[in-house]
Amino acid sequence: MDFIFIAQQSFSAALGVNTIIFALAAIGLNMHFGYTGLLNFGQAGFLAVGAYSVATLVVSFNFPLWLALLVGILNSIILALLLGLPTLRLRADYLAIVTIAASEIIRQIARSATFNKYLGGSDGITGKFGKDFFDRNPFKNGLDTPFLRYNGNDLWVVVTGWALVIVVLFVMWLLVRSPWGRVLKSIREDEEAVRSLGKNVYLYKMQSLIIGGIVGSFAGFVYALSRQSVQPDNYGTALTFFAYTVLILGGAARVFAPIAGSIIFWFLLVFIEQMLRQAVSAGYIPEWLIGVNQVGQIRFMLVGLGLMMLMIFRPQGIFGDRKELALDARA
Amino acid sequence: MPALSHNNARRDIALAALAGITPTPGVSKPDPIIVVDNVVRKFGGLTAVNVGHLEIQRGAITALIGPNGAGKTTFFNLLTGFDQVDEGSWTFNGIKISGTPPHKVARMGMVRTFQLTKALYRLTVIDNMLLAATKQKGESILRAALPFLWNAQEKAATARSEELLTRFKLIDKRDDFAAALSGGQRKLLEMARALMVEPELVMLDEPMAGVNPALKQSLLGHIKDLREDGMTVLFVEHDMDMVRDISDWVIVMAQGEIVAEGPPNIVMRDKAVIDAYLGAHHDSTLEQDRG
Repeated sequence: MDFIFIAQQSFSAALGVNTIIFALAAIGLNMHFGYTGLLNFGQAGFLAVGAYSVATLVVSFNFPLWLALLVGILNSIILALLLGLPTLRLRADYLAIVTIAASEIIRQIARSATFNKYLGGSDGITGKFGKDFFDRNPFKNGLDTPFLRYNGNDLWVVVTGWALVIVVLFVMWLLVRSPWGRVLKSIREDEEAVRSLGKNVYLYKMQSLIIGGIVGSFAGFVYALSRQSVQPDNYGTALTFFAYTVLILGGAARVFAPIAGSIIFWFLLVFIEQMLRQAVSAGYIPEWLIGVNQVGQIRFMLVGLGLMMLMIFRPQGIFGDRKELALDARA
Repeated sequence: MPALSHNNARRDIALAALAGITPTPGVSKPDPIIVVDNVVRKFGGLTAVNVGHLEIQRGAITALIGPNGAGKTTFFNLLTGFDQVDEGSWTFNGIKISGTPPHKVARMGMVRTFQLTKALYRLTVIDNMLLAATKQKGESILRAALPFLWNAQEKAATARSEELLTRFKLIDKRDDFAAALSGGQRKLLEMARALMVEPELVMLDEPMAGVNPALKQSLLGHIKDLREDGMTVLFVEHDMDMVRDISDWVIVMAQGEIVAEGPPNIVMRDKAVIDAYLGAHHDSTLEQDRG
């Protein structure tokens, strides 16, 4: 077994493009769910809006990339308003229902034959819409070390992506420790109490939905640009649930949780896959038990098992405080 | 914040103002802070609240009593904007506030507490207090990320919170989660938090529910202090000893309507009140009932 290769693959994934995408998606969810208590099950919709805005506007309408990114942010704000206006006055579970439906509507619209010309139907959009971005790449040769290995384009995405994550995280940190963040956390605990103290709860929930949504669209930008293509089925409900997994793995309502969660999640996924793959091909695991083609599915089973263990033995996540979690019992 | 004052200057003023008023439902008061007219709230076929005319005297402690299901809490919810009326209107300081959302009602100086205490459990005691400070610059999303714009205000609010926590004997719990407090301490925290809003009218929904006798005495003292600090207090309560002890005026509700009001000693002897609590025929024999 080639342990150097396994380590290289695993560490490259731990700091790679997918980790960045899911960290950003989970940072947005952390604002919604972790701090405000908004049960947004449609984070994939915000990623889709970000990704499709960039791809469609650049490929079909010849927008410069920077303008397409700006419009993408604008679109995610519009989506947040559309979702929030009718639902934020209702109980939390209604928001969950509406958001999961909305993200599916967005995916189905993107797949539909009607808009095939602009959105590419079920094949999505492939093109050089990231040209403006990759033209500025100073790392044409990529990186090849025993522990990290990226090609030129990926390295550029990884470097700019982590820079973006750090900036976003810093802004989040400033926001949640401010009096504004205190109002959000109070809303998570008890809306009526916050209302009785003179705060406009609806306004704060809307602001939280918009900010988390914008960060979600950032994840969509990275998703689209890194692959130079968008495909509607990448933005299904599974994406939202993986983002939740990442968040809860790290510990909800902790600033660094999304990053830690995402790194661990992707490290484990790739590490387990590579270990299994090599063990099968080296004959340590007999072919009748696990075939090479089954490794992809089995890694998800094992990661799922690992997450179940985590929820049983450390329900508060990596950064969470178990005592704080226990308080939720409303004793 | 004035220190704990145990003189009764304001009580004497309130009692003098209320003296000589005929104790009949809907009677007008010399200086009302709240005036209610024809407020009706129906839940399906049930009329939960039906109040013709009611005035609450400024600077006094007024108790709202009545048997279970009389509509006291619903009436509270209506006045504070947490529930919508079917008919009627009311004013606060002469300004019509019917239909105003609850957060605006609170900003105008009318702050309530809840029957089931609403402490913010996973926030510390000091954060519970700070939340309630008014006109915070740092609560605007545009300024939140720029601490130098709100640091000074935050410090001032923290100092005021600590003063109130000291007064309510919660200062030792400053950095504990609110969930770690006992039931009675949560009642104290909720009252202290309401004071951070600097209200003119404090509305307490069953402040004594679930509080042990020792803490009851100190809560009573705190409520009297609110009046001495110039606030008006309206509270819902079932504990008759407490009502008799601290209220300057008592309003009695039964089946959604005001059936009596007046000074505590007179109201407690009122036939309508005894009927409301015990039933109209409680002292008549069964034979007479059949007849």
